[in-house]
Amino acid sequence: MKLVYFASVRESIGCDGEERDLPGHVESIADALDWLVAQDERYAVAFANRAKLRFALDQQMAKPDAALAGGKELAIFPPVTGG
Amino acid sequence: MIDIRVQIEPFDPGAELTALHSIGGAGAVASFTGITRPDVSDAGAVTAIELEHYPAMTEAALRQLAQTASDRWDLAACILIHRVGMIHAGEAIVFVGAASAHRAGALAACEYLIDRLKKDVPFWKKEYRSDGEAHWVEAKASDDARAAAWE
Repeated sequence: MKLVYFASVRESIGCDGEERDLPGHVESIADALDWLVAQDERYAVAFANRAKLRFALDQQMAKPDAALAGGKELAIFPPVTGG
Repeated sequence: MIDIRVQIEPFDPGAELTALHSIGGAGAVASFTGITRPDVSDAGAVTAIELEHYPAMTEAALRQLAQTASDRWDLAACILIHRVGMIHAGEAIVFVGAASAHRAGALAACEYLIDRLKKDVPFWKKEYRSDGEAHWVEAKASDDARAAAWE
């Protein structure tokens, strides 16, 4: 799965994206966050406040309980502030 | 006609209104232009805003919004322009324009487009102030409420 990060999430993690082999038990976006947090402290800090995270799966906005199955790109970012 | 532009360069709202005016069937043209305000706080005045975006998604999300508005209000034309990169205080960031047969559709579509853009489209603003500091702008609950009101 390709992971991409934006804005303060990108700054907190320290990179704008990466490729990760997510294990089979990781089924939803929320599962992916939990798994990443278990890998490295950086994610625990970046994802500390889940209420302030938003997601897109294959360039469509998605909720944390969305299934990852078949998805190619998961984007994690703060609430958007355009316009 | 749906025209979507995500660009670094400044744009001219007047030129866009002229383009909408010339669309056949348009009895009404309405628009919104968003400008970087030089807000002043204890940290000094806003000198610039840096706009980050999600390149693979931004244009498609804007196009989806424009198509929804066109279908809902039977628009003859819709233009959405959003700048990215560094934008100085006083410069325009975003333009939303709609042409329709009657004013109700054109005006409602413009309000819908900017209200929903602020919730649905992946842009993030970083504010630079005259004290040299830069901070990410926080999303506002009032923007969420305005976006939700259209559902």
